[in-house]
Amino acid sequence: MPVLWRRIIIFAVSLIPLVWIIYKALANQLGADPAKTIVLFTGEWTIYFLFITLAVTPLRRLINFNHLHFRWLQIHRRMLGLFTLFYAILHVLAFLVFILGLDFSRFGKELVERPYILVTIPAVVLLIALGVTSTKAMMRKLGKNWLRVHKSIYLIAVLAWVHVFMQVRSSYLEAVLFGVILLALLLPRFYWAFRK
Amino acid sequence: MLIKKPSDIQSSEITPEAVYNARREFMRGAMSVAALGVGSLAAPGILAAPTNTADVDVKGPDWLKQQIATAGANKEKITEALTPYDHVTGYNNFYEYGYDKTDPADKAHVLKPHPWTVEIAGEVAKPGTFALEDLLKGIALEERIYRLRCVEAWSMVVPWVGFSLADLIKRAEPTSKAKYVAFTTLERPSEMPGQKSSFSTIDWPYREGLRMDEAMHPLTTLAVGLYGKVLPNQNGAPLRLVVPWKYGFKYIKSIVKIEFVEKQPKTTWSMIAPEEYGFYANVNPKVNHPRWSQAEERRLPSGLLRPNIIPTQLFNGYAEQVTHLYKDMDLRKFY
Repeated sequence: MPVLWRRIIIFAVSLIPLVWIIYKALANQLGADPAKTIVLFTGEWTIYFLFITLAVTPLRRLINFNHLHFRWLQIHRRMLGLFTLFYAILHVLAFLVFILGLDFSRFGKELVERPYILVTIPAVVLLIALGVTSTKAMMRKLGKNWLRVHKSIYLIAVLAWVHVFMQVRSSYLEAVLFGVILLALLLPRFYWAFRK
Repeated sequence: MLIKKPSDIQSSEITPEAVYNARREFMRGAMSVAALGVGSLAAPGILAAPTNTADVDVKGPDWLKQQIATAGANKEKITEALTPYDHVTGYNNFYEYGYDKTDPADKAHVLKPHPWTVEIAGEVAKPGTFALEDLLKGIALEERIYRLRCVEAWSMVVPWVGFSLADLIKRAEPTSKAKYVAFTTLERPSEMPGQKSSFSTIDWPYREGLRMDEAMHPLTTLAVGLYGKVLPNQNGAPLRLVVPWKYGFKYIKSIVKIEFVEKQPKTTWSMIAPEEYGFYANVNPKVNHPRWSQAEERRLPSGLLRPNIIPTQLFNGYAEQVTHLYKDMDLRKFY
């Protein structure tokens, strides 16, 4: 399949969560507390896209048989990363608009008093930086440093997990599940880094 | 023991029943009109779903249905709009059924709340295990419309059907050693899937407690009904506590045991995170919670474009009735 087609398909599929939540909102099916529903939904999809983006390299390197391989996925990694940023921004906007009602005096207070929100600030700032430096022109400009800058995705992923873990209340299930997936995605990289 | 009469409401303040009912009818009408064309996006935040419960049928024994049907109106007044039935019964924290807000509504139908017995134990002259029907015999039920403030910073207005816990306590005849009341929820993993999860932070069964004077307060309610119907399973059938000036996690559901004790009992959330959840858990906008600001609340249903964010009131707006319970107490220390 031509690359362009694959791009269009991945782009369209990545928008399905957004279309779904807009449909639910318009159909009045978000329940009693739509603000919370949307914030949770966009937050969860940020993490899913982060995992998918981080899965590209291990999938390519570990699964490599005659017909079954993921080498084709590599050139789509940028788009997947940008969708991580996209859903992260929706998550932040949903929190600001629907939970805080755009009352920014409350935002400062929330940051100071709630460490689980505070840890997301460096993660979001870094994620935006990665988005801005994701173009080919920026890759050329940054040269060797580009890879160094983009390795901060691992820090972003850990901060995202801390953000989830700090909010554990009645169940560890989600935090444990995300932790296991994150470890599975990072461990091969540790292995490759130390083997060098 | 000495039982104080509720003296905080003068007879002149009591709304005549006819006026009360007329107002209720008007509000219901207004809500169904509002429900016709307004979705959650456009809703002004309070009137989004129908409150018409005429076609709602909650299963339950006939004696209970009859008793609920004859419930009178409580004298406590409230001018705020009721939270629609669908939201009161579809958006619940009841971890026995799972940790999503919709899990209780999806999964609680498996529970069989009838027949039901409640054990009355501890420092009382008349302990024993009683069938729910016997516990409710001779009790005049009332519709009690109270604000419900969850510690998660959302709130509702709920028309419960119930009676003062004090009525039941007086019958049990507590001894002078009874300083606290400890409540226990049913533990039945076969019908409560959340109790089977190995990732749960909760040490089942769910436990709650009140100080004796809090338990005797006329606002403290045991509810058996909702919106004039039998209490649905996801709302804590067949018997749940309602303490309107405290956060919702104090409202223990599906109660199987009421024990009178001398020492402050352990309560579930303060066992999990004592620095976050205290024994008293009084609604207080000035006492911060590490997870959520308690200064405001989202009154549900809260629309998206116009979030229904309102300031939280001290003791959830019941300060006049309950402040005397806590005089000389540091509410920051005893949160």
